Amino acid sequence: MTIRTTHSPVSGYRVQEFVNRAVIYLTLSIVTLIVVIPLVWMFSTSFKLKSQLFTKEIYWIPKQITLENYEKILNNPSTPIGRWFINSLFVASVTTVLKLVIDSLAGYAYARMDFPGRKQIFGLLIATLFLPGVMFLVPNFVTVANLGMLNKFSGVIIPALASVFGVYFMRQFFESLPKELEEAAAIDGANRLQIFFLVALPLSKPALATLAVIEFLASWNDFLWALLVLKDRAVQTLQPGLRTLQGAYTSEYGLMMAGAVIVAVPVLVLYIFLQRFIVQSVATTGLKG
Amino acid sequence: MSIALARKRKIPLTPYLFILPHLLFFAVFVGYPFFSGLYISFFQYDYLRPEATVFVGLQNYLDLFKPGSVKFIEFWNSVRVTFTFVIWSVPFLVLIPLGLAILLNSKLKGMTFFRAVFFSPWVLSCAVISLIWWWIFQSQGGLLNYYLKLWGFDTPRWLSTMPYAMISIVVATVWWTMGYNMVIFLAALQDIPTDLYEAAEVDGANAWQRFTRITLPLLQPVLVFIIITTIIASFNLLGQPMMMTRGAPAQPTGGGATEPVMLRIFTEGFVRPFQGSAAAMSVVVAIMMMTFSFVNFRLFRQRD
Repeated sequence: MTIRTTHSPVSGYRVQEFVNRAVIYLTLSIVTLIVVIPLVWMFSTSFKLKSQLFTKEIYWIPKQITLENYEKILNNPSTPIGRWFINSLFVASVTTVLKLVIDSLAGYAYARMDFPGRKQIFGLLIATLFLPGVMFLVPNFVTVANLGMLNKFSGVIIPALASVFGVYFMRQFFESLPKELEEAAAIDGANRLQIFFLVALPLSKPALATLAVIEFLASWNDFLWALLVLKDRAVQTLQPGLRTLQGAYTSEYGLMMAGAVIVAVPVLVLYIFLQRFIVQSVATTGLKG
Repeated sequence: MSIALARKRKIPLTPYLFILPHLLFFAVFVGYPFFSGLYISFFQYDYLRPEATVFVGLQNYLDLFKPGSVKFIEFWNSVRVTFTFVIWSVPFLVLIPLGLAILLNSKLKGMTFFRAVFFSPWVLSCAVISLIWWWIFQSQGGLLNYYLKLWGFDTPRWLSTMPYAMISIVVATVWWTMGYNMVIFLAALQDIPTDLYEAAEVDGANAWQRFTRITLPLLQPVLVFIIITTIIASFNLLGQPMMMTRGAPAQPTGGGATEPVMLRIFTEGFVRPFQGSAAAMSVVVAIMMMTFSFVNFRLFRQRD
């Protein structure tokens, strides 16, 4: 306000505008630093020798860049992180593919087909979305143990397929599609399977891609369930593996950060390439869910 | 509907075949455990020794409500820790993302870049971010205390003393998840028509008035949604204390000062062999969470 009395209204407005912009950019830059620093520190530490971790002065760029931490964890049979990486990739890929198939089938039926019980069954599915996950922890663990799926990938993949989110997501998508194409195919004599596979599914590529990214990330990042079910080190995935790593070494932070880098880099790379897509998927599904 | 009419059969089998695969998994891992969890909670049960299973009736529940017993102290301590975490974290997890979203909505250059950066920690896993912050907060070699010392501040033992252990977990959580709420706020802000602001500006409303009279009322449904989902997410706190503090420091009366209820259940059912008792704890916690959701749902519905 004081600015406005000393300048003409127009230039006063400009000064105000400039100050506003400066404050916004400054705030955003500080937050950027806060977000980026821990990640930089993770990378930096992973390339440091243990002797350089506790020095009087901190070096952001290691005085002597070493790959020793990576070599050590990749070659230590008690923390087989290469194996864990492959396990994670396998579990996340299989879970994602199976979910896409199962959820698009179910979502299509709830959106487009008329059958007795449709509303009731779908209502039941939606109601369970409001149940706290903690209820399912112990009983599902007991089920998995009784089915002999402990320490097997099926023990993490199969329970994940019960999730309602993907069905709901695909149903919402199919409902938003115009019906005309499917009706035209029906008039041309296509049966329901043909309509689904040849007409509806090709139209739903964007939705399938969104669901695939969300489910892959969720499966790759899953910590608690993998920790419970995959106990043997040979079958562990990366997330519980990091906890094993933390327990296996004391104050070898370089090793642990090398482990964190190996777990983080795939998703960070995925994020860099699909950034806009991932953010938009989360914004829209978050609002709906 | 015309598809259904054109292909009407006596018994529509195809739809059921479409939903069957999912429904099968749903029945086994969502439907069945809804009841079996309750059932297990009436037993003394260890999955490694199923032959030693003993029916104990309500004993697992009575233990949780018997003042002075170890289980009582440990369980209600962990409930208190969870509530403390919710109260300490949720304001930051709502207000910081809201502030950032408002700044990003300013239509200046480079906003998509900042949005991408601020959201990025969210794609990392709980284990990764816990490990990074655990290292940053270390007393020996930790980044934070190095700079605090350099600038002449106190250097607390972040991970093993209160309130610093709780603060560490809150900081790590805010850093990790703020981008998620921010993106949702931003999408909602972008849905507000700009001519509302222009009209208000013509009428002489200042920035604060435009915020309280236009932005906040129009944002209210999303705000309520975010507050509720954030509280529920904070109730589920587990990985950060598991890897950063291990529940430490110990409370003089029993339990850990940063041991939330999920970690308590994990310890009871999967470190110790008391799955019946862990199931009972889960039921009690689930009832608390559902009561909370229900109350909020009713409040939310009434206002609309």
